Amino acid sequence: MSAVEVFDLARDPLRQLNQRLHDLKAQQAQIPWRVINPRGAHAVAAGVDAPVQIDIEGHVGYYCAGMNKHAEITVHGMVGVGVAENMMSGTVWVKGHASQSAGATGHGGLLVIEGDASSRCGISLKGTDIVVHGSVGHMSCFMAQAGTLVVGGDADEALGDSLYEARIYVRGQVVGLGADCIEKPMRDEHRAQLAELLERAQMPQARPEQFRRYGSARQLYNFKVDNAARY
Amino acid sequence: MCGIVGLYLKKPDLNDRIGDLFASMLICLSSRGPDSAGFALYGNQPPEGFIKVTLRHQGQSYNWQSLADQLGQRFNCDAHLQVNANYAVIAVAAQAAELTQALADTDPAVSVMSIGRSIEILKEIGSPQSIVDRFGIRSMGGSHAIGHTRMATESAVTTDGSHPFSTGMDLCLVHNGSLSNHNRLRQRLSRYGIEIRTQNDSEVAAGYLMWRMQQGDSLQQALEAALDDLDGFYTFAIGTADGFAVLRDPIACKPAVLAETDAYVAMASEFQALAGLPDIDQAQVWEPKPGIVYTWGAAA
Repeated sequence: MSAVEVFDLARDPLRQLNQRLHDLKAQQAQIPWRVINPRGAHAVAAGVDAPVQIDIEGHVGYYCAGMNKHAEITVHGMVGVGVAENMMSGTVWVKGHASQSAGATGHGGLLVIEGDASSRCGISLKGTDIVVHGSVGHMSCFMAQAGTLVVGGDADEALGDSLYEARIYVRGQVVGLGADCIEKPMRDEHRAQLAELLERAQMPQARPEQFRRYGSARQLYNFKVDNAARY
Repeated sequence: MCGIVGLYLKKPDLNDRIGDLFASMLICLSSRGPDSAGFALYGNQPPEGFIKVTLRHQGQSYNWQSLADQLGQRFNCDAHLQVNANYAVIAVAAQAAELTQALADTDPAVSVMSIGRSIEILKEIGSPQSIVDRFGIRSMGGSHAIGHTRMATESAVTTDGSHPFSTGMDLCLVHNGSLSNHNRLRQRLSRYGIEIRTQNDSEVAAGYLMWRMQQGDSLQQALEAALDDLDGFYTFAIGTADGFAVLRDPIACKPAVLAETDAYVAMASEFQALAGLPDIDQAQVWEPKPGIVYTWGAAA
C-alpha cells in the first residue's frame, strides 16, 4: 500500500474522486491524498466526511471542499466562489487567493486563506473560524450569526452588515462598516482568542494588539414597535 | 449566466497560436452559454490608409467578390477580400462613415459586424464548438481576442443578439449580466443619435460607451461614467485596437478571474477556461475588484 493516494484529474473524472472520498469511513485513520491537475474544476473534494489529509495541487473552481467534515484540505493555488461553504468541521487551507463567498454559511472548523478573499467572505457565517492573511472584499460577514473572521489586511465597504453574533478582527483599514456593525473594545478574552487563531493560521508576525474588534450593535435583532408606521 | 473570455498578448511570440488558445477558452465555457457564441479577434492590419470591415450575409453563397469590386471602384483602390463561411472581411482605402454609407447603398442585406484597422467580429447562433469549427478559429493569428458564450435572458437568441457588440472603430464589448435600465437608456441614446438595433441590454451598454467616447471620453473615463449610468449586473470585457479592459459592477455578482504572465493577460468567467494556457502555473491569478476599471495596453 502506498503512503499517499494520488488522484490525477487529468486522467480520471471528478465524480470518481469525490465518490472515493465519500466512501472513506469517518472514524478510521486514512492515508493522505494528493489531487493533481485540478485545472479549475468545480466541487473538488466537496462533501468529505472523514479525517483525511488532502492536498490539491493547483487552482480550483467553485465550491471546493464544500460541506467539509473532519478532513484537512489544502489547496496549493487559487480557489473559486464558495470555498469551504457550509463547512462543519476540519480545516481548509488556501495557499493562494479566494474568490467570493469564501466560507459562506460555515458551521465549524477552520478556514485559512493566505492570499486575499473577495467579496462576501464569511457571508451568513454560523460558527466557522476564518483567518485571511490578506484583505477581504465588500460585505464580508454579511448577516453572520456565529464564528470568527480574522483579517490580516484591510476590509472593503459594508463590513459586518446586519451582523448577529460573529466576531470580526481586522488589522488594517476598514473602508466602511455595514448597518448595525460597530467597533467594540478588545478585552482579554478577545486577545486570547485572537492569539490562538493567529497561531493556528500560522501568522507569527501578527500580534493581537494590532487588531481592532467589530461586532453587532444588536439594534436590528427585534422588530421595534416604534417603527411600525414605517412599514 | 453567459461566459466571457479575453486573451491579450504582451509579446508577439504567441501571435500564431492565439486562435488555438482562444478557441479552447471559448469551448470551455460552453456550459455557461450554449445558445450562441462570438468573438472579436485583433490583428492582420491592412496596408496604411486602409480600414477593414467585417460583414455577414444570411446565405452561404453570397457573391462577396462582386461587393468587394464595387467598393474598390467606389473608393478607387484595390479592395482586399477574405471570405470565411457566411462572413467576409473587406479592406478598402476609406473612412469609416463613408464606408458604412457605401455598404448601405450597395447592399443593405449585408450586415456590418465591425469596422476598424485591426478588429474582426464573428458571431453566430449555436454551440461554441460549432462556432469554432465553422470559422476555423484555431488556425487564426492575432494579438488579442475577446469572446462570449451566451445563455440568453434579456432578449431572443439571434445573431444580432449575440456578443461581442461593436462600440465604434476597433472597439467592442462582451457582457455577462443583465442591465435593468436599458430601455430608458436606449431612448436617451437614440436622442443623441446612437442607433441601437436590437432589444438587447448589452447592445445598449456598447452604445453607451460609443456615445461617451464620441463626447471625448477616453475608454477609462467612459467606463468610470458607466459605473454611475448603468444599473444592473455586469462583468464587461472590452477590446480596443491595441488594448484590453475589464470592469465589474460595484456589487460584483458576476464572476471574473484574471491571470497574468510576462507573455499575456487572460480573463475568464471561470478559471477552468484559463487552465490550458502556457505557463499558467506560474501566472499571477486573482479576481478583479468590484467597480475598478482594469486596462492593459493602450486601452486608457
